[in-house]
Amino acid sequence: MTTEARLPTRQLIQPDVPTFDTNGLNDASRESLADLLLTMADDEFVVGFWDSEWTGIAPMLEEDVAWSSIAQDEIGHARVWYEMLAQLTGDTADHLAFGRQPSEYRHARLVDHPRNDWAFSITRRWLYDTADAVRLAAIADHPFKPLADVVAKVRREERYHLMHLDSWLRRLAGREGLPRDGVLGALDALAADALTVFSGPMADHAEAWRSSANRTLSELDLPTIPEGVPPADGRDHAQPSESFQWLWGEFTSVARLEEGVEW
Amino acid sequence: MVAPAISARPLESAVWAALHDVYDPEIPTISVVDLGVVRAVETDRDQVRVELLPTFVGCPAIEVLRAAVEERLSDFADDVNVEISFAEPWTSDRITAEGRAALRESGFAPPSPIRVNGRELSVLPSLPVAECPYCGSRNTTLENAFGPTLCRAIYHCTDCRQPFEQFKEV
Repeated sequence: MTTEARLPTRQLIQPDVPTFDTNGLNDASRESLADLLLTMADDEFVVGFWDSEWTGIAPMLEEDVAWSSIAQDEIGHARVWYEMLAQLTGDTADHLAFGRQPSEYRHARLVDHPRNDWAFSITRRWLYDTADAVRLAAIADHPFKPLADVVAKVRREERYHLMHLDSWLRRLAGREGLPRDGVLGALDALAADALTVFSGPMADHAEAWRSSANRTLSELDLPTIPEGVPPADGRDHAQPSESFQWLWGEFTSVARLEEGVEW
Repeated sequence: MVAPAISARPLESAVWAALHDVYDPEIPTISVVDLGVVRAVETDRDQVRVELLPTFVGCPAIEVLRAAVEERLSDFADDVNVEISFAEPWTSDRITAEGRAALRESGFAPPSPIRVNGRELSVLPSLPVAECPYCGSRNTTLENAFGPTLCRAIYHCTDCRQPFEQFKEV
């Protein structure tokens, strides 16, 4: 499992991503920006790969297409954040995405869970998407303009995810039996990790999300997210979960085939 | 003698004209200019710089499109530089009237305007109605907001009973 394969560092900006001007940043803002970018990139990257697990096996063809499309969006967002981070720190996006050990990822525990069943995937994604929307709104006027520019673009796309997940949550929660029980079970399993999207740089925005998410949950007569602060270790994977080790093995499998290969 | 305005920057005009020959690889009936993907063209004596705005952040066609633009312009200057930019968000309002007509002709519903009554659609909770590209009916239903590519949604026309795709509003 603990393959030591590492991609070599290439100081090459891919031609299809912009050059982000990071010259005006001081050391302190570089550090906080790098932290924010890594957490956002890892969240989108990991949730995007879990989403892609539905390709071919979703309960209906439309959802097969929808989840593949959403996954593609999220991996695309992750890529821009990794590129921005790489240009900030002198790394490469490929190395950040595929060259780290499982313990080095900083994704929220909420997205560490495997996709499980349909109701679980819908519930987890609804929690994540609504939290991500609060996070994106909070950084919409970020002083680092290249970041604010990409956020403006990303929010236009995320709106479609939000609408899709909102309608699915309502559909499942409103149907007694298997669909509603699935949502209840998922909320129970995810309650402890719900606030972890705000573990780390965005901790101040957890309460804003909790109260807005709880409005919808109450409306649907579902258990609400309990009060609390984002756990300090919500992005810590010193002991990676079995499910994430498996996912890591999947998404790095091509990169590990041949070290240093150009693609 | 006063030169006509069009030739004040002859290279720039020629570059814009040439860009009309470059088509979106995912919807090959609409040029990059009509798609509104070209944000800027700057020319110098032996230099051409073009700025492109991706329709979606994760659009896998953007590198194909970028390379196609570079290839098309390779004879215009020794130094042709085609850059991707997020300096302003590409929105579906950037698609020109010609572009909308081209979409309709090939069976795609063009996106509705993203500003409705002064409010931006991206903050509205609902999707607008797509107009059937075959019969013009607005009696249509959204089948899936996610279609075969990131920028396309799937609709069904209740009047002529045709399924069709729409270029999404973003």
